Amino acid sequence: MEMSSNALALAPPRAIALPRSGRRRARRSVIPGFGLTMGLTLAWLSLIVLIPLSTVFVRSAGMGWTRFAEAAFAPRALAAYQISFATSLGAAAINAVFGLLTAWVLVRYDFAGRRIVNALVDLPFALPTAVAGIALTAIYASNGWIGGLLAPLGITLAYNPVGIMLAMIFVGLPFIVRSLEPVLEDFNAEVEEAARSLGARPVQVFVRVILPEILPALLTGFALAFARGLGEYGSVIFIAGNMPFKSEIAPLLIVTHLEQYDYAGASAIATVMLLAAFALLLVINLIQAWSRRRMER
Amino acid sequence: MIRLEGITKAYGDYPALKGLDLSVRDGEFLALLGPSGSGKTTLLRIIAGLAFPDAGRVLFNGEDVTDLQVAERKVGFVFQHYALFKHMTIADNVGFGLSVRARRERPGRAAIRARAHELLDLVQLGGLGERYPAQLSGGQRQRVALARALAVEPQLLLLDEPFGALDAKVRKTLRRWLRELHKQMGLTSIFVTHDQEEALELADRVVVMDQGRIEQIGSAEQVYMEPASAFVADFVGETCVLPGGVHVRPHDIEIVSDVGHPVVVGNVFRKGGMWRVEGALAGHDRLVEFDLESRLVPPGLGQTVYIRPRRMKIFEATERNAP
Amino acid sequence: MSARTLDRPRLALVLAALGFLALFLLLPLVVVFVEALRQGLGAYAAALVDPDALSAIRLTLLVAAISVPVNLVFGVLAAWAIAKFDFPGKSLLITFLDLPFSVSPVVAGLIYVLVFGAQGWLGPWLEAYDIQIVFAVPGIVLATVFVTFPFVARELIPLMLEQGRDDEEAALSLGASGLQTFLRVTLPNVRWGLLYGVLLCNARAMGEFGAVSVVSGHLRGMTNTMPLHVEILYNEYNFVAAFAVASLLACLALLTLVLKTALEARFHNSNRKA
Repeated sequence: MEMSSNALALAPPRAIALPRSGRRRARRSVIPGFGLTMGLTLAWLSLIVLIPLSTVFVRSAGMGWTRFAEAAFAPRALAAYQISFATSLGAAAINAVFGLLTAWVLVRYDFAGRRIVNALVDLPFALPTAVAGIALTAIYASNGWIGGLLAPLGITLAYNPVGIMLAMIFVGLPFIVRSLEPVLEDFNAEVEEAARSLGARPVQVFVRVILPEILPALLTGFALAFARGLGEYGSVIFIAGNMPFKSEIAPLLIVTHLEQYDYAGASAIATVMLLAAFALLLVINLIQAWSRRRMER
Repeated sequence: MIRLEGITKAYGDYPALKGLDLSVRDGEFLALLGPSGSGKTTLLRIIAGLAFPDAGRVLFNGEDVTDLQVAERKVGFVFQHYALFKHMTIADNVGFGLSVRARRERPGRAAIRARAHELLDLVQLGGLGERYPAQLSGGQRQRVALARALAVEPQLLLLDEPFGALDAKVRKTLRRWLRELHKQMGLTSIFVTHDQEEALELADRVVVMDQGRIEQIGSAEQVYMEPASAFVADFVGETCVLPGGVHVRPHDIEIVSDVGHPVVVGNVFRKGGMWRVEGALAGHDRLVEFDLESRLVPPGLGQTVYIRPRRMKIFEATERNAP
Repeated sequence: MSARTLDRPRLALVLAALGFLALFLLLPLVVVFVEALRQGLGAYAAALVDPDALSAIRLTLLVAAISVPVNLVFGVLAAWAIAKFDFPGKSLLITFLDLPFSVSPVVAGLIYVLVFGAQGWLGPWLEAYDIQIVFAVPGIVLATVFVTFPFVARELIPLMLEQGRDDEEAALSLGASGLQTFLRVTLPNVRWGLLYGVLLCNARAMGEFGAVSVVSGHLRGMTNTMPLHVEILYNEYNFVAAFAVASLLACLALLTLVLKTALEARFHNSNRKA
């Protein structure tokens, strides 16, 4: 009954730290219910998640490579991947900056309304994506609250990749803030004072002492926000314009294929998206394993 | 020379320092000794520029540095929990202070490395430069913290409870080593401690603090033998308080035939090379302790003996430790 | 605690952060309510009592009423198995439990179409027995269960791992049965975490759009949840009605945030006491 260190490296986002106690391994549990709870967990997990998910791969495998490649790497699909990846990367990058700023301000400074602001950061988790989508469109469309002001200047924020990015910034922000908050809170004030006492200026303290310590959390938040943006649908489709080759995201293309009863095409694109999501999950796990090793070093 | 004038500091309603004056001589090794809450760490942080007084001035060699930030004061600060940069190697930790200097004052990369290794040799950690802080023991980390503080060639070294987080044995070795190092370098140094033994052993002069005030400044000998107040007598070394505000060290008490204070013996045990006797002062509901030479036969439990101080100090007005 | 008073550069940082948050978080929220009330309270109320809107509200409540308890029970079972026992592959299991968070909602809908749709694995069989799953309420429930799958387990597992097994072992040694131990020892220990998980699970269940959109079939008054109804109204250029229904969902979000903040305060207190 032993957990391999390999399995440990696969801890999930917002890592659940499993105790690494040698003493516990040897001990047989006297607590009842292992068979029942584990059996039901595995059965339910398989029925709801694993088996349905596998259909995507099975369906894709059944197509044969040529047909799969035709569907998955058609020019329109490639354009959609490109738009999805570019916009979610851009959104995650912008969120990394402003999410770090937000977390920093929330953790380090006291100001009126801090608790309300802190609660508001979770709004994108709580607000249904469709609501966010129409609200953002009402703000940034060329006849919208802000879009209307910018339209005379020739700046359009909606119905193009910029609009997609705006929606992704909205849904991704809490991932960065919530990843960073605990590490910023735990950051030892003495270490910062030590750097200052050695003559470092505030910017040097931040870049050379604080940033390296919070980097794993920042990268994790970035990857989570990126993954969320990649899969996002509800908030994006209202503001995107959804023009093939211009502002069509990959999830929307899946829906389009489905609406034409092209299950194979939908599965092929879903396979690519799933693999990307799993790769990101792996990256997040690697970041966390790296950060744990760094701590123990 | 460091001078503090009328340093006052409050945290909200809590007064941490109440108008302190203090002069530190060049090359001196000074201890700030006091119980927790006495303001000693706050004082150290004010000297460093990590905290700022509400009133009063801090002077370094006659120059007013009260408003200068820590980075501008050229002080080395050794933190209680070392505060090493976890993500840097030991050598990078030590070289940090040099590497953050403005470009025209910054030594070259190789020079910084050389200086870091030189300092690591000085603190007897040569060869560990490429390790990370987590790979060192507590005592080694403390020495890295010291080397890091020395690397910027400070005019003043400040140490906050430098041995607080170490176990007793390491503490003792490190203490002796630090005293030697101070002798070698002659750098003006101030350290904070709540451990009177540490203060008496290391410091040229001891500043005893209580409740935001300085109770006494003097050599270890003076503070121990000639305490200026009941608090100092009580806090530095062991003290028994006899009726009439008489403060006396346990080793300054002797048993006499019948003209002293009657004590009912409660417990007798060996302490160091002496017998330690604990007993209740008859009629006063007060405990006293005293030492007897080990060649003597100690009194039995429950027996009443009469004691008399050989040396004493009387602090009548401030007999606050009496029950 | 030196960084508590705000000097100029700090004030600038705070203002920059607040400006960003106002633009990206607060403004969308305000827009929803302003747009909903653009034609006055009468139009607002009319949009909400429209039969299609009412049926969408009913369906949303029904879906949440099924999927939240299901995931609650499952989350507790999974957390018990993971936190109270040692077994190989535990980390892998936790990763699998989290999988629905990494999957695009659209893919979450798609997989149920691939299983239960007319061309799906079970399609012919379901057709033979005239059972409709996708493009009907069961499909909506299934997709919702999928996307809300990890919420409860995710809150409970770290909490129960942290609490260890000593309490349970003590209760068992005193003669309590397994169920008694769970109800009287484990559950009170994790009750705030459990509520927290349920709260987030419910918010997502009521608000899910992508996954539900794929399996719903979009039949007005039949298989439309509130978020889907918002989309239909919006695409019909009935903006006031769309924002009116959206404002209900926004209120739900605000209520969720308030309760969440209150629960977190509770959490902190009970942690401090321990």
